[in-house]
Amino acid sequence: MSSRVEAALDRARAEGRGALVAYLPAGYPTVDASIEAVKAVIANGADVIELGIPYSDPVMDGPVIQRATVTALENGFRVAQVFDIVRAVSQGTDVPILVMTYWNPVVQYGIDRFAADFAAAGGAGLITPDLIPDEASEWIRAADAHDLDRIFLAAPSSSPERMKQAVDSSRGFVYAVSTMGITGQRGDVDAAARSVVASLRTAGAEHVCVGIGISTPDQVTDVVSYAEGAIVGSHLVAAVESGGAHAVGQATALLVRGLGRA
Amino acid sequence: MSLQDESGPYFGEFGGRFVPESLIAALDELEAAYMAAKTDPDFLAELAELHRSYTGRPSILTEAPRFAALAGGARIVLKREDLNHTGSHKINNVLGQALLARRLGKTRLIAETGAGQHGVATATAAALFGMECIVYMGQVDTERQALNVARMKLLGATVVPVTSGSRTLKDAINEAMRDWVATVDTSHYLLGTVAGPHPFPVMVRDFHAVIGHEARAQMLDQFGTLPTAVAACVGGGSNAIGIFHRFLDDADVALYGFEAAGDGIDTPKHAATLERGRPGVLHGAKTYVLQDDDGQTIESHSISAGLDYPGVGPEHAWLNDSGRATYLGVTDHEAMTALRDLSRTEGIIPAIETAHALAGALRIARDMSPTDIILVNLSGRGDKDMETAAAYFGLIEGKHA
Repeated sequence: MSSRVEAALDRARAEGRGALVAYLPAGYPTVDASIEAVKAVIANGADVIELGIPYSDPVMDGPVIQRATVTALENGFRVAQVFDIVRAVSQGTDVPILVMTYWNPVVQYGIDRFAADFAAAGGAGLITPDLIPDEASEWIRAADAHDLDRIFLAAPSSSPERMKQAVDSSRGFVYAVSTMGITGQRGDVDAAARSVVASLRTAGAEHVCVGIGISTPDQVTDVVSYAEGAIVGSHLVAAVESGGAHAVGQATALLVRGLGRA
Repeated sequence: MSLQDESGPYFGEFGGRFVPESLIAALDELEAAYMAAKTDPDFLAELAELHRSYTGRPSILTEAPRFAALAGGARIVLKREDLNHTGSHKINNVLGQALLARRLGKTRLIAETGAGQHGVATATAAALFGMECIVYMGQVDTERQALNVARMKLLGATVVPVTSGSRTLKDAINEAMRDWVATVDTSHYLLGTVAGPHPFPVMVRDFHAVIGHEARAQMLDQFGTLPTAVAACVGGGSNAIGIFHRFLDDADVALYGFEAAGDGIDTPKHAATLERGRPGVLHGAKTYVLQDDDGQTIESHSISAGLDYPGVGPEHAWLNDSGRATYLGVTDHEAMTALRDLSRTEGIIPAIETAHALAGALRIARDMSPTDIILVNLSGRGDKDMETAAAYFGLIEGKHA
């Protein structure tokens, strides 16, 4: 029982750099195009992939990801296709594939059945933006049974007790929410991010990645000076929107320069 | 245990808090403030005084004999929430939550609205308490409820038309939650129905429970008996739970919730969540949801903006599964017919939402006897719906839906 995501973060650290966690929506704009986009992101140096399942009511997401979600659903995306995508993009690479999903699609698929099919496809774990550890006992059991990572979020508003709960409940890393808000680009990554990571360290976290609002190589450099990884989403989705796999590959390469690798 | 004592976070298997971690501190803070307030005599006295001198409570009971004669069975008695200030039951919850927000030091109220009644009520409370108010409203709803948009603006609120998703109530809730995640230090999300994460379903219910408390005492006082049945319309379910709650432990009183069946529950165009949905997670709670096989929320349809919602409060999901309450669909056509019928037989123009309860009451009254009484929650007045009604009935020259 070991976490491939933790291994990927440790590998980056051993190389004297931080890790890039790259978010892309599954099935955007189509299933095939999203496979090409993820492959381009991997080829250009992302350390961990976060594949988002398009959902009708994404309360944590800003306009860029909402728009992509709507397009993917309009193009006929079905939840079970996420397993096909995971299978396709994990071939020939050891970059772990996480899935980010709102909770209802998993509930409807069946929590244990989802975990089993996802693990069989080669998936590494789930990031669950609207599932807090308090409500997650069934998912935690399923994740353990299928050796999957479970990544919970910690926010600037989380109490020390809840920081501890996020650390104790997570495997892979803890997702530190950089700012009180939704996904999307911001000029400044909130100073709160540093404080969330410090609180998570106090609570015993070994692996922390920071997300929400990160879009530039400089922001990535800043974040990986105090966290294991930087999570970039909307910026990459916007690149897919404007120029497909080629553009998102280029955007990834630029962000990777911020990781501190020579 | 008394059914009335159920107070979350779960009602049976329904309820909970399925929200981003960023909101948990605010929900914890709100729950603590609410638990303290509901046993604080000063808070309760202040709210009661506001209801007396501002809302106009208690609302009266009106018997509707000419309307009841259309069914020819049971007597029908109306609980007149339409006579409240702002024209619907929504003010009951809004004043309670606005007082709480003030105790929490919040200066900005966020609200979602479907028909606009909750938005108007929230804008009213914001004006009364000197708070900033921002109302998210689906773009589709801003068009079909233009008069309420104007009312909110007149009251000083900012109305934001929501253009994402289906552009109706569910998307307005998403947008309100996104706002709240970013502004939780200064803002209170004044959720307008008994849905959402704990403590909203129980707190909103408690603020509306005054409807049933008054009505039960008024029934005993004026009619010498409890009603045979209580009827209310159900979108998210706030007016229904408000009138049901005090009757939950009166096993002989039947409880009926009437959902919007749109074109019919066997068509794709309806909002009959309890009849045609299945359990899932939406807007922070486990409850019944209109959804496809993948768990994607299906767009609901109803002529009534206030019932056009693909979820329902978790306590209703629980009452449905336990059989304590019965939920049935009423079509657009049945509702509009009842709206006209009540107007012409009693001189009371109900909201289209409320007309669903009235149509449902006529349906169940037919199988009852003149000794039976159906208590209907007349949750709102129909002024806001004149444009829809005029188009539907062809009342304006050259216009007919």
